[in-house]
Order: sequence, then structure tokens, then C-alpha cells
Amino acid sequence: MAEFIHRSFDEAATARLGAALAELLSAGSVVALIGTLGAGKTRLVQGIAVALGVDPGDVVSPTYVILHEYRGRRRVFHFDAYRIKDDDEFLELGPDEYFESDGVTLVEWADRVERCLPRERLEIRIDATGAESREFRIAAIGQKYVAVVDGLNRFGWEKK
Amino acid sequence: MLVLTLETTCDETAAAVVNERLEVLGAVVASQDHLHRRFGGVVPEVASRAHVERILPVIDETLKRAGVKLADLNAVAVATSPGLAGSLLVGLVAAKTLALALDIPLVAVDHVQAHVFACRMAAGREVFPCVGLVVSGGHTSLFRCRTSTDFTLLGSTIDDAAGEAFDKVASMLGIGYPGGPKIQKAAAAGNAKAYRLPRALLDDPTRLDFSFSGLKTAVRYQIAGPGKADFANLHLPEQQVADLAASFQEAVVDCLVAKSILALEQTGLTRLCVGGGVAANARLRERLEQEIAERGFELFIPPLSLCTDNAVMGAIAVDRLLAGGSDPLDLDITPGLVRRTAVSP
Repeated sequence: MAEFIHRSFDEAATARLGAALAELLSAGSVVALIGTLGAGKTRLVQGIAVALGVDPGDVVSPTYVILHEYRGRRRVFHFDAYRIKDDDEFLELGPDEYFESDGVTLVEWADRVERCLPRERLEIRIDATGAESREFRIAAIGQKYVAVVDGLNRFGWEKK
Repeated sequence: MLVLTLETTCDETAAAVVNERLEVLGAVVASQDHLHRRFGGVVPEVASRAHVERILPVIDETLKRAGVKLADLNAVAVATSPGLAGSLLVGLVAAKTLALALDIPLVAVDHVQAHVFACRMAAGREVFPCVGLVVSGGHTSLFRCRTSTDFTLLGSTIDDAAGEAFDKVASMLGIGYPGGPKIQKAAAAGNAKAYRLPRALLDDPTRLDFSFSGLKTAVRYQIAGPGKADFANLHLPEQQVADLAASFQEAVVDCLVAKSILALEQTGLTRLCVGGGVAANARLRERLEQEIAERGFELFIPPLSLCTDNAVMGAIAVDRLLAGGSDPLDLDITPGLVRRTAVSP
């Protein structure tokens, strides 16, 4: 499994990771975000969406209404499964329509609806390692996302 | 004039009948009602299937309480924005069906504006122009409200809504859902100064925005430190939970109160109207009542039943109906919050 591990030491570094991902994600990409409360899932989504041309003020946590849709250079669909009780409740939202669209779909709390996600996806596990520092483990699940992980590995983070 | 108002933007299925004098003839909120067993449980559900099951019984019960028949209705109003698409659609389809079948006007309601209008309903007198603070599980925004429907966004949360932060912190503290009432109860036995928690953007007088994500993370650090935390198995001492709840609540309230006052000062307006579920928080109400009055401003804050999602606030449609306004039957939903670029007040 292709994997990329990145450690960021502040929120600005998280934003840079988001920008790198935005460059590498093609139309119809699905990103599964996994991490506990306060890990920084929404922050990373903000980084990706803003790099895709979405107004920074628009990107806020969709916990309450489950789904936010943003318009930038691409459409960005921002799901949050925190309040989802079962697979049926999630499937009722018609997620496949978003997964198969030409936008980029980002799913927070993806581990809660894992069986509803596309077989191929980019999985990002976020662990808090300090007050602002985070460890991101980014794995390609399926061939389609190997290029994204390779792209991140080529980015040469540590030299910057 | 009798207006049926429907509200299905998120978890709640609600209906009300109001008249042209803004009197409430009957109102039902599915999850809060003693008839909740008929509607399948107390806990609100985000799923549109729950709205589908509840919408007709809720309308029936509302009409019964109001003592009116379907044929007596003169208009139907429905919240069409913002919210979850599937949930919004249930209310809209019900409203359109009634409008078509009864041949009466249909009017779209903005849910966020309606939360501010709840203050008008509770006050029984004019509240506009005012600064509107809408603070709930999904929203934390300040508006300049010229009239009941002419709003300009002054600032809003840049990450989590305040109500969402209450829910997530309650979950971390292991005190359950919904977070607002649980935190408030735990905080009563706590020391609000026990923990120093961040108040993001508080010291920036140029911004009327909020940020509660860092506060949530700070609480997490107090109880779990870095790395993975299984919040279900922390078993925190009762006093620590109480102190954290109180310190967290005070931090949220500090931000909400300070930015509301700043918005009043910057706009030159003298009235503050507060709506949304978090407006039910006793500490927020206490602090607002004291600090708004001290500065010579006027505070409008509805009773608890009109803070959380309800259909009574859909009476915001009455003015437009009285002026002969209505919306076409091909009316659509707008799930996203309609933002207007924040302009200098």
C-alpha cells in the first residue's frame, strides 16, 4: 500500500499540505479523513478547499447539517459523519452522487461510514502529537490514488 | 389571515399556525412534544426519512391545537434555507402540495432570519433595526438587521459553531448529548477560572468573527494530552468535569458577549436580538442581560422554546404575505448559508 507520512508543526504547515493535496486530487476524488475530536480534520479540509479557490469564510464544520457544498475551481463536497447513526442514514443522503461527480469529496469521521465509501479512496489518518503539531498518514486505497501519494512523496517537504 | 408555517431544516420537524397579528394559534415541535412517542422517539434525527414520517402527524396535531381546518388556511410558509438538502425538501414538498391543493400562496422563509424574528414574536413589539446574533449547533453569526429580512453578515464562526463545540466537549467529558444542557448542568458545580482556555479572536477589535475549534482542542489537551484518546474510557473525576465544563462555557460566553457588544458599538445600533439553541444557555442569558443593560443597550432573547428550532418563528412570512407577496410553485431549496460579503458596518 502506497503511504505518505507527514508531520506538521503548526497550522500553516497543515494548510501547505492541503494546498499540495489540492494540486494532486483529480476530478471525482474521494478523501476519507479519520481522527479524534480536535485532530484537525476541518483545518485540513479548509487547506484543500481554499487551495481549490473556495472562499475561506465558507469552509466551516458541517457537523450539524452533515454536508456543505462549496464552489471554487472545482466543486468541493464536505461531509461530516460525526452525527450519523448508521449506514442507512448516510446512504439516504445519496453520497454516491457526490463520489461520482466531477468535484472533490472530503469525508470527516469517515471511519463511521467506512462501508459506504468507494472501494478506491485516499485515506488520511490524523493524530495530534502536540498542541499544534500533527501527524498525517496518507494512504492510497486502490490504484487510482497511488499517483497522489507518489506526488506527495516527490514534494520534498523536509527540504523546505 | 391564517398561515401554516413548516420547519424541517435540520433535525426538527415543526409546524405552527399564526395569524396576521402574529398570534400563535397552535404549534408543535416533534422531538419536544409530549406526543413524541407517536413520532418515534425523543431524539431528533437528521435523516429525511424521520421528517417524512413526522411531517403529516405534526401538521395534523398543529391544526387540531389551533382549532382550524386545512380549508381555513390562507397561506403556507416553509423554511427553504439553509439546512440539509433532504430535510429541507420534505418541508418544501409538503408546503407546495398544500399550496397547490388549497390554492393558497406559498412563501419561503430563511431559517437564520427566522431565528432573529423569534425575538419579535416573544417581545410582542418592534425589534428592528437591531444586531442579530444567531448561535446554534450549525450557526454562529452576527448580522446587521435593518428589517426582518434585510440582513448583512457582520461576522461568523470560521470553524465550529458554538453549539457544535458544546456537543463535542460534552462528548469528550463523557456527560452525553445534547451538550448544551449537559455542560450547563455540570458547570453549575464547577469553577470557571479553574482552567485557562483560549478565547480566539477576542482581542481583535477589527473582526466580528468567532473560532471555537481551538477551544475544543484545548479542552481535549487538558483531559487527554496528545495522541489517540478513547474519550469513552477516561473516567474523569467529577470535580474536574465540572471545572472544565464551567471554564469552557465561560470561554464561549465571553466570546459571544464581547463580539455582540462590539457589533452594537460598531454599527451604532442599540438593540441586540439573540436566537438559536445556544441562546437557551443560562450563563449566556445571565451575562448578556447584565452586560447589555450596563451599556444602555436593549436585549431581546426569546423563551427557551423559541430559541431552539421551531415553526413559530416562521411567522416572519406574515409581513410579506400582507404586502401581497408570495413565491412560485417551482420554488427550490438553498441548502448552503447565503453569505453576503462582510462589509464594514
